[in-house]
Amino acid sequence: METLLEILKELHPEVDFENCDTLIDDNVLDSFDIITIIAEISSEYDVNIPAEEIVPENFNSAKALYALIKRLSDE
Amino acid sequence: MLFASYGFILFITVLFVVYYLIPRRHQWKLLLGASYLFYYFSGPENLLYIFFTSLSTYMVAVKIDAIQKNQALFLAANSGRLSREERKAYRALVKSQQRKWLLLCLILNFGVLAVTKYTNFTIANINSVLRTVGSGTQLSFWSLALPMGISFYTFQTMSYIIDVYRGKHPAESNFFKLALFTSFFPQLVQGPISRFDDLSKTLYNEHSFDIQNVNRGLQRIMWGFFKKVVLADRILVAVNTIIRNPDIYQGVFVFIGMLFYAYELYADFTGGIDITIGIAQVLGIKVKENFKRPYFSKSTAEYWRRWHITMGTWFKDYLFYPLSVSGPMLKFSKFSRRRFGDGLGKRIPVYVSTILVWFTTGLWHGASWNFIVWGLLNGTVIIVSLECQPLYDWFHSRFHVKHTFGFRLFQVVRTVLLMSAIRMLDCYRDVPLTFRMLGTMFTRFNVSTLTGKALMGLGLGMADYMVLLVGLVALIAVSLLQRDGSVRNKLAVKPAAVRFAVYYVLIISILVLGAYGMGYDSSQFIYNQF
Repeated sequence: METLLEILKELHPEVDFENCDTLIDDNVLDSFDIITIIAEISSEYDVNIPAEEIVPENFNSAKALYALIKRLSDE
Repeated sequence: MLFASYGFILFITVLFVVYYLIPRRHQWKLLLGASYLFYYFSGPENLLYIFFTSLSTYMVAVKIDAIQKNQALFLAANSGRLSREERKAYRALVKSQQRKWLLLCLILNFGVLAVTKYTNFTIANINSVLRTVGSGTQLSFWSLALPMGISFYTFQTMSYIIDVYRGKHPAESNFFKLALFTSFFPQLVQGPISRFDDLSKTLYNEHSFDIQNVNRGLQRIMWGFFKKVVLADRILVAVNTIIRNPDIYQGVFVFIGMLFYAYELYADFTGGIDITIGIAQVLGIKVKENFKRPYFSKSTAEYWRRWHITMGTWFKDYLFYPLSVSGPMLKFSKFSRRRFGDGLGKRIPVYVSTILVWFTTGLWHGASWNFIVWGLLNGTVIIVSLECQPLYDWFHSRFHVKHTFGFRLFQVVRTVLLMSAIRMLDCYRDVPLTFRMLGTMFTRFNVSTLTGKALMGLGLGMADYMVLLVGLVALIAVSLLQRDGSVRNKLAVKPAAVRFAVYYVLIISILVLGAYGMGYDSSQFIYNQF
């Protein structure tokens, strides 16, 4: 989780990623941010997030995103 | 059949009446019949294309769904016997089978679109290359008519099949229901591009007559007609005069043409979508909004989140994301970061995807170079503005104007002018001519030529300009009111005298001030050609 928070903080230092759960709904992250995050996750976690997983429920919070990474790496 | 015609008004009136008279379980079947009838009027041969797309999409989706269900059954039956690796390998095998079917469907349906829309463009380019290399050979053009709305319904069915493949929703088991999703007539002319899981929530339901819903739908239809026949079709005359006479109308007139076309396209496209959503609302069906006050956007990226929203989200979900997270692109991303560092290296792959997506968006709009350049310019502006972000940050650290009204107004005006300038490629339909004309705005900008007589020479009289001015004020006022809720909701709580005054003004305006008169020779919607 720490690594993921670092990735997110680097992109938007001003955002409270530990507590924000409306990252997509409130347009905190745009499509360019999402692609950058996915590339970082691929590099750091060796997990490829497919396009069908790019839905608000998976990207609205750091916790949801981390759960997605865990699920994909377990599959 | 044109939306703005007496024939169409009669068509939807009869439909509305019959729709609420027949047993409710048959309503969606009536809509399917009405949609095919509407499409028949656009050209009987077009029915073949839409039927083929519906059938191929239906069959492949059912097949992909069946493979998915078999997989679930197999895994459930063998849950204790298979190791994690075996399950993973089995899933990968099943996915590859599904992918083959998906590809077949994409090739078939995009193939129809490609052949009907891009064959002559390809031939023209081949001929151009042949001429350049001195060959006397020239290929003959095909006489293929572009079926109405093919770009819209092809994209709609492709989103459906991809969503079935992704497991977002199951395949529709009733072919006729899918045929209605593909052909739902209010959307055939110019979208919006609906998603199956969204539209199907209300498309097949049984709808009771709800006076409030019908009333709101009719209001929206009237507002759409007002925008289309009173405003868009009126200003179209002046736009055409400027565009078709580039030797006469240069400099300040190109600027006027640019603003007039921004007005025309907004009134035309949003008016058409108002009619579409209004018709659907009368029928009790909810269609997604396609605009969110786009001319109030403060940047190009924001503008494209608010203009033709369903097209933008289609390209994002089915092209931008899959392309950007594909294996080759992720490898390229790693290479790019090694080569260019963590800053620029991270951004380059995103920019490559952006340019590819905008190239495709331009091509979707039309089979000609002006649309391709239009798309590429949009992508370039977005990238340049992202690269300029440090400059903006520096500016805002020095000058604290970011949240002032004046600065926001500057951003809005800048975005509208930029988008309008790029859109001139859509008007002149010729890349070098467009740039030459835009250039005259800087080299021959002589305001003194913009006399009252010259403005009258554009084909509009003083009364027309007054109507357009009042229309502009109305459009801005409605957009401002929309910021904190539905205008129709606000109108609904006004005294009856106020409400009916608004309705009468709208109806009388449409009937009396319609540029050509309803049904006389109203021009087709601009987006219908895409």
